[in-house]
Amino acid sequence: MAARKKSAKPSNQVPDPLTDDDRVELFRSMVGIREFEEQVQRSYLEGLVHGTTHLCNGHEAVSSGVAQALRPDDYVSYTYRGHGHCLARGMDMEAAFAELFGRVDGVCGGIGGSMHLTDIDKGLIGAFGIVGGGLPVAVGAGLSAQLANKEQVSVSFFGDGAANIGAFHESMNIAQVWKLPVLFVCENNLYGEFTRINHTTPYEDLVIRARGYAMEAVQVDGNDVEEVYAAASIAAMRARGGGGPTFIEAKTYRHRGHSRTDPAKYRDPAEVEEWLKRDPITLYRKDLIARGLLDAKAADAIVAELQSEAKAAADRAAASEWPSADQDFMAKTFA
Amino acid sequence: MPTQDITYREAIVFALQEEMRRDPTTLIMGEDIGESEGPFKTCQGLMAEFGSARVRDTPIAETGFVGACLGLSLTGYRPIAEIMFADFLGVAFDQIVNGIAKHRFMSGGKVKTPIVIRAIGGAGLRFGAQHSQTAESWMLSVPGLKIICPSNPEQAYLMLKAAIRDDNPVLVLEHKALLSMKGPVPVGTEEVAMPTGPKILREGSDVTIVGSLAMVGRSLAAADLLAADGVSAEVIDIQVLRPLDVTVVAESVKRTNNLIVVEEQAPTGGWSSDVVADVLTQAFDYLDSPPARITLPDHPLPYSPGLEDAMLPSPETIAATAKSLLE
Ligand SMILES: Cc1ncc(C[n+]2csc(CCOP(=O)(O)OP(=O)(O)O)c2C)c(N)n1
Ligand SMILES: [Mg+2]
Repeated sequence: MAARKKSAKPSNQVPDPLTDDDRVELFRSMVGIREFEEQVQRSYLEGLVHGTTHLCNGHEAVSSGVAQALRPDDYVSYTYRGHGHCLARGMDMEAAFAELFGRVDGVCGGIGGSMHLTDIDKGLIGAFGIVGGGLPVAVGAGLSAQLANKEQVSVSFFGDGAANIGAFHESMNIAQVWKLPVLFVCENNLYGEFTRINHTTPYEDLVIRARGYAMEAVQVDGNDVEEVYAAASIAAMRARGGGGPTFIEAKTYRHRGHSRTDPAKYRDPAEVEEWLKRDPITLYRKDLIARGLLDAKAADAIVAELQSEAKAAADRAAASEWPSADQDFMAKTFA
Repeated sequence: MPTQDITYREAIVFALQEEMRRDPTTLIMGEDIGESEGPFKTCQGLMAEFGSARVRDTPIAETGFVGACLGLSLTGYRPIAEIMFADFLGVAFDQIVNGIAKHRFMSGGKVKTPIVIRAIGGAGLRFGAQHSQTAESWMLSVPGLKIICPSNPEQAYLMLKAAIRDDNPVLVLEHKALLSMKGPVPVGTEEVAMPTGPKILREGSDVTIVGSLAMVGRSLAAADLLAADGVSAEVIDIQVLRPLDVTVVAESVKRTNNLIVVEEQAPTGGWSSDVVADVLTQAFDYLDSPPARITLPDHPLPYSPGLEDAMLPSPETIAATAKSLLE
C-alpha cells in the first residue's frame, strides 16, 4: 500500500484522488486487520498470547485510512493498541503473531511483545505502552523530517485518554511552534480503560484541544475510511509543503474491551449497539458494493482469504522456536 | 488479634477502607478506581462506601493528580494516590522528587505533607519492559521520602495503614505477582506503627538472605531447598527501603557470617548495594565470604515467558548461591 509518491504541493484542501484499486485495497487492509485481531483473540484464549493484549477491532478505518496517505519513508508511532497501525504499514502477519506469541521469529524477537511491535524499516518507529509516551517521539521524528527536507511526515496515533496527559500538550505546542510535519491522529473511542470520556475530559470533541495551540484541526468519522484518508491526505500534503502539523480527531469505537478478556461491562449496551451498527468494514463493504467496485461474493472471498491467511500465519508463528535465554541481551540493550 | 485468611489485594482494600472510615480527611485518587474499583480491584467497594468526592477517578494525568496530592496535603487532607503500574511513576517523577519530597524541608519544617503514593509494580506476568518494573531504586536517592515494600498480605495491610497515618510522604510499592497471595491478616487492627527496619521472617544459622516484595517468597522457598540439604538460612524482608536501616541484617550476619541480597532490579543503583555496603561497615569482621547480590540483569525485561522467567532470581539460583558461599 501507499507505494505511489504522494504529491507535496501545498494543501488546497483536496486529497490525492483514490483509484478503484486503492479502494479495494483499503477494504482488504481493514479486513486484514480485523481478521488478525480476531485470530489474536482466539490465540489468546488458547494461551498463545502472554500477559495482555489490546485489540483494535472497530478502529481499522483509522489505521488503514491514514496509512493510505503515507509514503514508505514516513514515520509512524502508535500505542499498545497498535496492531492495526503496523499491519496497515505492511507488517508481516506471521512476524506480528510470532511477536505476540513471544517467539524468536517475532518482529522484535519475542522481546517486545504485543504492546511493542516495532519495525523501523517500515517507518514503524515504536509502540508506546506509557500513555502519551509516543507523542514527543513523533515530534522528534517530525523534526528529523523537517531537517532532512525530504517532504516526509511523522504520524502519531494515540487515544482520547492521552489528550489529558502532559506529554500531549507539550508535543502539540512544540510541533506547532516549530511548524513540524506531524499528523496527530487522535482515535477518540470515548473511553480510557474503563472510564468514559465525560468523567475525565470537559468535552467529547477533542478537536477543540488543537485550537489552544493554533493548530490546523479536523474532526472525521473514524469509521469512514475514505473520510479518514481524505483528512490524512490533506494534512500530509500540508505538512510536506512546510505548512506544519495537523490534529485529526477520528471518532471511533473499540468493539471489544480494553484488554485481554475485559468484557467492557462499563459501557451502555445501547451505545455499543449503535456503534456496532456503524462497523467500519460493513459500512465500506456496502459502499463499495453500491459503487459497483465489489460484489458480495468478491467481498466474502476477501474476508475468507484474509481469515485463512491470519489463521495460517498464526499457525506458522505458533510453530516458531522460543527465543534462547542465552542470547546476548546486552547487544540488544546497547549498540 | 484474630486473623482472617485473605489475599494481598484484599488486605490493601481492608487497609484503605478502615483508614478512610477512621479519618474523613483521607481521600484516594487514581485511574479507573471509582466505579471500576481499579484495574487490579485494589479499590473494591470504596466508591460505593465513600462516594466520588473521596474516591476520585482521575484523567490519565499522573503529573497532575500526584502533584495535586501535595496541594491537598498542605491544606488539611491526607491524599492517597494509586499508580496503576509502578512504571507510570516516571510520569510523576518531578512532582515527587522535586515537590513532595522536599516541600516540608523547604518550608523550614513548617508544613506537613501526609501523602501516600501506592504503586503496583513487578515482573512475572509477561507485561513486557514498560509494565514490569518495581521502581524500587528510582527514588531511592531522594531524601524526604519514605519507601516501603510489603511482601505478604499481613504487611500489605499493616504497612499501608501505617503509611496513611504517617505525616510524611510514603511511597508504598506493591507487587502485582503478590496480589493473589493468601495469608493471615489481623483485620480490624487499631494500633499500627510504621516499620522502621527489616524483619526476620525465618530464623537460620548458616546464611542470611535478604529480599523485598516477590523476592521474599523466593528467598523463603530457597531456604526450604537449603533446609533439605542441611543448610539453615535466615530470611529477612528488607521492607523499608527508605530510610534504610540495616542493623537487623548486620546482627543476623554476625550470627550466620554469610550474606545474600536478592533484588528484583538491575544490578546498578539499587538498595542491595546499600545493604551490602552498610553491613560491611557494621559486620565486616564477621563475614566468612564476600556478600553476594542477586539481581536482574542489567537490561530491561523481555516479554517472552521463558526469557522473563530466566531473568528473575529463582529459589534454585538463590540456594545455589548460598551453597557456593558456604563451600
Ligand atoms: C502514563 C500511563 N498511565 C496509565 C496507563 C494505563 N493505561 C493503559 S491504556 C489506558 C487508557 C488509554 O486510553 P486512550 O488514550 O483513550 O487509548 P485507548 O486505549 O482507548 O486506545 C490507560 C489508563 C498507561 N499505560 N500509562
Ligand atoms: Mg480511548
